[in-house]
Amino acid sequence: MKTTPLKLVTIVCEPVLTETLIGELKQLGSTGFTLTSVRGEGSRQMNSSEVPGEKNKLECIVSEEVSRNIIDHIARNYFPSYSVIAYITETLVVRGDKYV
Amino acid sequence: MTTFEMLKLNLLSPIVLMFALGLFAKLIRSELSLPKDLYTALSIYLLLALGLKGGVELSESSFSALALPALVTLLLGSITPITSYLSLRYLGRFSIADAAGIAAHYGSVSAVTFIASQQFAISMGETPEGFMPTLLTLLESPGIHIALAIGALQRAKRMATESGVEARSKIAILHEILTGRSMVLLVGGLVVGVLMGEKGYVPIKPFFEGGFKGALTLFLLEMGIVAGSRLSDLRRVGPFLLAFGIAIPILHGTLAVFLGHWAGLSIGGCTVLAAMAASASYIAAPPAVRMTLPEANPTFYLTASLAITFPFNLVAGIPLYYQLANWLGSH
Repeated sequence: MKTTPLKLVTIVCEPVLTETLIGELKQLGSTGFTLTSVRGEGSRQMNSSEVPGEKNKLECIVSEEVSRNIIDHIARNYFPSYSVIAYITETLVVRGDKYV
Repeated sequence: MTTFEMLKLNLLSPIVLMFALGLFAKLIRSELSLPKDLYTALSIYLLLALGLKGGVELSESSFSALALPALVTLLLGSITPITSYLSLRYLGRFSIADAAGIAAHYGSVSAVTFIASQQFAISMGETPEGFMPTLLTLLESPGIHIALAIGALQRAKRMATESGVEARSKIAILHEILTGRSMVLLVGGLVVGVLMGEKGYVPIKPFFEGGFKGALTLFLLEMGIVAGSRLSDLRRVGPFLLAFGIAIPILHGTLAVFLGHWAGLSIGGCTVLAAMAASASYIAAPPAVRMTLPEANPTFYLTASLAITFPFNLVAGIPLYYQLANWLGSH
């Protein structure tokens, strides 16, 4: 089995940002995404959603360059005022050409 | 009926008791919570039932009867965000974003407060006008827009805004409010109700009216749980917001009773209009404010509307507006 090393970008954000972020991920070069509803609490304890602690987790597998662009974009536009975290993980995938 | 008897009757009504049970469940740290899907389903049912019945009754009202109350409602929708903003900004010394964000919530309406006030008026033997749900939809959006515009304008004075970002979010916010769940269900229900009329309503009436009070009771349990989970935030919002969350509904409610009376609304109609003007939104406003005024602290506006103003109106505000309407009606 041939595998390709790529980056898994994970973003955990307030539900209100989800739709905007999905659009922006695509613009930044992601070919797809996975969305899960999660629960959690961060250092700000902002409680911005109707149900306290409710968050969404967005994941996408992208090239290294796209992953850096995504993190930069989020850091610039959302870190200051929203409760959101984003991180990059190394990952190995089959059919690597589907993600770049 | 004395004021004491009326308050007692209100406190012992199923919706207030259920709300209290929800709060209590949170206080004792019970794991009780309603599944999110049930909560969504209940709100769809309640809003649609409200819209449909309102539409049927609207089809029987004349335009002339509706004109003045509609005008007064729009006037209230424009005044309430401004009074809220000014008192928060200049008395409470809140930042521009926080003041505008909270004002957007108080300019808009809480549909549950509306329904609760209607139930209360009916239990007092009053019949609020059939077009009240129409007024609810009129009051929903102007307040949010005005408050957000104040926030945007004030901010623009202070810093050069990136026009591209600003323009995009304005459209996004308009879209958010006009296509939000509550707006589509209410306005859609009203239109369907007008189109089908009484004849079309009769066969579906048992479903939408028979279960209405039960569904409302269950919904209030969830509201109690949600409000209860905000109680710990009360300490973080400070005494001014606490006082604001009680004083501003009384001010707006009183103003609405007088304006409603002037516009020719019945005692029941005045009570419902007052509850609407006094209430603070927590469905339509929060996402709109979060997207346009990201610097506004959500703890302030959500705690004020959910944990302070909503319980206040439910327990004491609505009976108070009713008393005032009653007094004004008999003079």
